[in-house]
Amino acid sequence: MSESDDLKQNDGATKTVTRRNFILGVIAGGAVVSAASYRFLAPSRRQLPGAGERLITLYVNGKSRRVDVMKQETLAWTLRYKLGLTGTKLGCDRAECGSCTVLIDDVPYYSCSVLTHTVRNRQVTTIEGLAAADGKLHPVQQAVVDEQGFQCAYCMTGFIMSAVGFLKTNPNPTRAEMAQGVSGNLCRCQDYSKILDSMMRAAEYTRRA
Amino acid sequence: MPAVELTKAESLKPIPFGTGYKLIGHDFSTNDLVAKVTGASRYAEDFRAEGMLFCRLVLSPMPHARVKRINADKALAMPGVKGILTPSEVPGHANYVNDNGTMIKADRFSELALADEPMYQGEPILAVAAVDELTCAEAIEKIEIEMEPLPFNTDPLDSLRPGSANAREEGNVWVPNPPPSRESQLAAVKWTDEDFAAEREGKLPMGHAPEEWSYGDLDAGFKNAALVLDETFSTEDVSHQCLEPRTTMAFWQNGKLYLYTGTQSTMQTVPAIARWMHMPEDKVVFISEYTGGGFGSKITGALTLVIPALLSKKLNAPVMMRVSREEEHFIGRARPGIRARTKVGFAKDGRITALDMFLVSDAGSYGSNGDGGACGQITSLLYQPPAMRWRNITVATNTLPRSAQSAPGGMQAIAIIEPILSKAARKLGVDQVALRRVNCPEGKAQYGPPGPGGKRAYVTSCYLKQALDEGAKQFNWSARVARPKQSGTKVRGVGVALSCYHGGTTGFDGLIVITPENRVRVYTGIGNLGTEAFVDVHRAAAEILNAPWSAVDIVWGDTSKNLPYSCHSGGSQTIHAMTRAGHAVALECAQRLKEVAAKSLGGQPVDYEVANLRVARKGGGAGMSFAEAAKAAIKLGGIYDGHDVNPAVNMYTKHSVAGHAGEGLVASATDNYPHDGDSFSFLACFAEVETDVETGKYHITDYMGYADVGTVIHPAALGGQVLGRSVLGMAHAIGQKWVIDPQYGITVAERFYTNKPPTILDVPVDMKWNALNIPDPETPVGARGCGEPPVGGGCAAITNALAEALGDNIFQRVPVNADTILTSYEAGRPMQNPFLAHI
Repeated sequence: MSESDDLKQNDGATKTVTRRNFILGVIAGGAVVSAASYRFLAPSRRQLPGAGERLITLYVNGKSRRVDVMKQETLAWTLRYKLGLTGTKLGCDRAECGSCTVLIDDVPYYSCSVLTHTVRNRQVTTIEGLAAADGKLHPVQQAVVDEQGFQCAYCMTGFIMSAVGFLKTNPNPTRAEMAQGVSGNLCRCQDYSKILDSMMRAAEYTRRA
Repeated sequence: MPAVELTKAESLKPIPFGTGYKLIGHDFSTNDLVAKVTGASRYAEDFRAEGMLFCRLVLSPMPHARVKRINADKALAMPGVKGILTPSEVPGHANYVNDNGTMIKADRFSELALADEPMYQGEPILAVAAVDELTCAEAIEKIEIEMEPLPFNTDPLDSLRPGSANAREEGNVWVPNPPPSRESQLAAVKWTDEDFAAEREGKLPMGHAPEEWSYGDLDAGFKNAALVLDETFSTEDVSHQCLEPRTTMAFWQNGKLYLYTGTQSTMQTVPAIARWMHMPEDKVVFISEYTGGGFGSKITGALTLVIPALLSKKLNAPVMMRVSREEEHFIGRARPGIRARTKVGFAKDGRITALDMFLVSDAGSYGSNGDGGACGQITSLLYQPPAMRWRNITVATNTLPRSAQSAPGGMQAIAIIEPILSKAARKLGVDQVALRRVNCPEGKAQYGPPGPGGKRAYVTSCYLKQALDEGAKQFNWSARVARPKQSGTKVRGVGVALSCYHGGTTGFDGLIVITPENRVRVYTGIGNLGTEAFVDVHRAAAEILNAPWSAVDIVWGDTSKNLPYSCHSGGSQTIHAMTRAGHAVALECAQRLKEVAAKSLGGQPVDYEVANLRVARKGGGAGMSFAEAAKAAIKLGGIYDGHDVNPAVNMYTKHSVAGHAGEGLVASATDNYPHDGDSFSFLACFAEVETDVETGKYHITDYMGYADVGTVIHPAALGGQVLGRSVLGMAHAIGQKWVIDPQYGITVAERFYTNKPPTILDVPVDMKWNALNIPDPETPVGARGCGEPPVGGGCAAITNALAEALGDNIFQRVPVNADTILTSYEAGRPMQNPFLAHI
C-alpha cells in the first residue's frame, strides 16, 4: 500500500468513526473483555479497520531499521516483537510503571504509550543502545553494577533510561531531585534506597565521563 | 573458616562485616548484573520460538457462577484462530507422590487453571489461541458463554452472619483436618445475633472459632495486670503485583515440554508442572533465568502455566500467554486481610502479662491459608507473653485467591500487636523502646503452645535486644523523642516496632564441578528472584575452597543443565538453607580434590590443602592445579567424576550428577548439619513521620531497620532486603489496597494507579539499615535469611509513629490515608469501620 493510499483510507475512517473502531484504535481504559485492550498491540491484519501495516524507517540505537508497523502499534511492541529488542519491558502497558521507558531524542518516554509511526524521524535509544560498541558500559549502567542496584530488575532498564534522560537535564542532582527524576518508574521489589544510591553514583560517573 | 565463639548474649556486640573472611561479608557485583543492565537478561516474555502462537484468557465476569455452555464455532471458523482450551481439557485433581516418597492426596477444593465454576470475578474460564493477540481478542467476542450466577459473599465477617450467603455450596469456613491429612474441609458456620452484639460497641464479634491453642495462666495474667487493653484492628488484603506478570511460553519437542515462566524455584517447579499436567517429571524442561518479582506468589511458578502448555500440545505449535496487568491483578495472588481482636495485659513497666488473640482470616476463593496460624506463632515469639490464647476462623470468600506474601501472618501479627504496645506505653508512661525491650525475645526463645511431647518450640538464637539498643542509638531515638512535636499544623511522631519471621530451612543439596578449564562451576536450582541469594550463598562454597570469586561460574535457571535439589527462594530460607548446602558440598569437593592429589602425587589426603585453584601438600611441595585435578578425576572415574554419586543426596541431584559425569571433578553433598532450634531472623525498625492535621497528608521523613540475621553474607544485597521489604510493609500502612464492590462482587482497583504500591516519592530519600553480624550458632556459616522479617516492622513503625503524632483514636485499620486522619482527628475517634472488608 502506498503512503497516499494509506492517507486516503485514514480520511475515510475518520468520517465513519464508530465506537467499535475507536476502541480498536486507541488505548481503552479498563477492559470490557480481558483481551479487548490488547487489540492495538497485535501484528498486522489488513482486513481489520485501522490495522494496515506500513514499512517505515526507524532510527534505533544509532541505526536505521526498516520495519512493518500498524498504525496503532506502540513503540514498545515494535521494539520487542519486530526488532528483537526485549530489554524494554512491559509491566503494565498503560503508562503506569515505566518499565518500558526509552529515550526519544534524549527525552524519556513510556514506549507502551507512544505510537511507533510518530517517531519516524526521531532518534530512539533503548537499553541495548547504551553500552559502547566495545561493550564498555554506560556510566549509569556501571553505577548500577558497582552499587549492586535493583533486585528482580524487571523495572531496571526503564529506570536506567529515565536516569540517563534526567541526568542530561540535571547532571548534578541532590538525592531528592534524583528521586523526582526517576519517580515515573515503579519498582515492586521496593529497592528504592539502593536504586537511589546507584543513581547518585550514576550522576557522579556521568559527570566524570 | 573461623568460628565465632558465643559468649553471654548480653555481652555480644556488633561485628564488622566480613571479619575473618575473604569473601563472606564483602560486597561484590553478582554474576547476573551485567546482563540485567544491558537488557540481555531474558524473562519469560523475552523468549521466542518459530511459529509461536499467542493465547488470551477469558475471565469470569461474575464472582461465583457455573459455566453452562460454551459455543466457540464462530470463533474457530475465523482465519488465524487455531483453537480454544476449555476447563474440561485441563487435567483434574490427582494424588501425587512427593520427592520424599510421601503420597499427597488430591484436594478436591483446590484450584485448576480454568474453572467451570469460577469462584471469583476475574478467574480464567477459557483460553483462545491464534496467530496474534488481535485475532484472539476478535475471536473472544464471537464466543458465546452461558453462565448461571450462584450465591456469593466477598466479606468474611458478613459470611458469618445468620442467614448470609456462603462462598461455596459446601460451606464458608475452612476447618482443620487432623494430621497427617492435608485435605481441606469446609463447614457452614454462622454466628448468632448475640455474637454480633459487640459490633455495636466497635469491637470485633467473637463467635465460634474452630482453631484454638493456649498456654500459661491467662486469667492470672489479666488479674495481675496494671493495664488491660482490648483492641480491634484490621489489616488489608494486599495483592502481590509482581512487576513481571505470570506470562508463560511453552512448546513441545521430541515428547518433552519446554516451559518458560517466572518462578521462585527452578528445581521445585518441575514436579509442580508434572503434577498439574499429569505427566512424568523427566519430560519437563523448565527455563527460568530471571523472574520479575514473586514475594511468595510464584513459589513453584503459577498454576496458569499449564494453559499455554496444553494449548501448545493440542495445536502442535509454541504458545505465548502474555498476562496483562489486569489479569495479573486477578490471578497474581494476595495477602489475606485479618480482622483481629486482642486483649493484652501489661505490668507497670510494660511487660506483657497475658495476651488473648481472636482472628477472622479471609481465605479468598481457594483453600485455607496459614496466615492466621502464623499470626499467632509470631505474636507468641516476638512479644513473649507468659500466657497466651489464640483463636482463629478462616473464612472462604468469593475474592481473589490468597497465597503467601512476604512474612505471611507475621506481617499481620506485627501490624495488629504493635499499636497496642504503643498505646500501652503512652498510658503507662513508659518509653516506647523500653517497653519493647522488656518484652523482647532473647537467646533460644520459646514460642507457640506446647507440642505433643509437652515441649514448646524455640529458636536457634535471638539478639533482638542488641539490635534494638544499637538501632535506637543510631536512629538517635532519645533526641528525636525529646524534640517538640508540633509546629503550626505539622505534627511529628516517632515510632519503633519489633519484627521477625522465619529465617531458614535445612536439608538441601549442593553440586560443584571442577572443570579441566580450571573453573569452579557451581550449579544451583534456586530461582533468580533478584534477592541475589541464588548467587550469594555460593560465596560460602568459594570461601571454603579458598578460590578467587573470578574463577567461580554459577549455572542456574535451566533444568536441562542438570541442577541440584535446592530450596525455593521463599520463606527467607535461601541464605540459611543454601549456605549450609554450599558449605557441605565445598567440604566434599575439597576432600575429593585432596584424594585425587594423593592418588596422583602420593601421600595421604590429609597431607594436602586447597587454595588459589590448587591442591598442594601442606607447607609447600608437590601439588596440582584444579584443572589437572579435574583431568585426573575424569581418569579415576567413579565417585570422582560423577559416574558414581554420593548416596546421601536427593534423587533430583542424583539425576543431575549423572548428567555431569565425566565433565571434571564432580562433587555433590547434602546438608545434614545438626540444627536444634527453629531459625528466625529479627529486626528493630524505627520511623519518623510528619503529618499536616489540616489536610491529613503525611510523609515518612526517616526510617531505619537494624537486623539480627546472623552472619552477613553480602551487605549490599542484605541492605536491599532490609529496606526493600520494609517498604513493602510501609505500603500496607500508607495506602496499598484493593477495593471490591460487595453488592456485585466486582473488583474496582485492578491497576497500579488504583491499588497504589509505593513510589520512590512515598519513602524517605535516605533510609538507613544495619546488622549485628553475630553468627547464628546452629548453622555452619552462621547466616539466616532476611526477605520477610522486615515487612511487619516496616508497616508498624509507621503506624506507631502516626499514633505518636496524632493519638490513639485515629485508626483501627491499615492503610491509613489522608482522609482517615482528617475525619478521625476532627471527630476524636476512628471514623473508618474496621469490620468492612475490601474498602
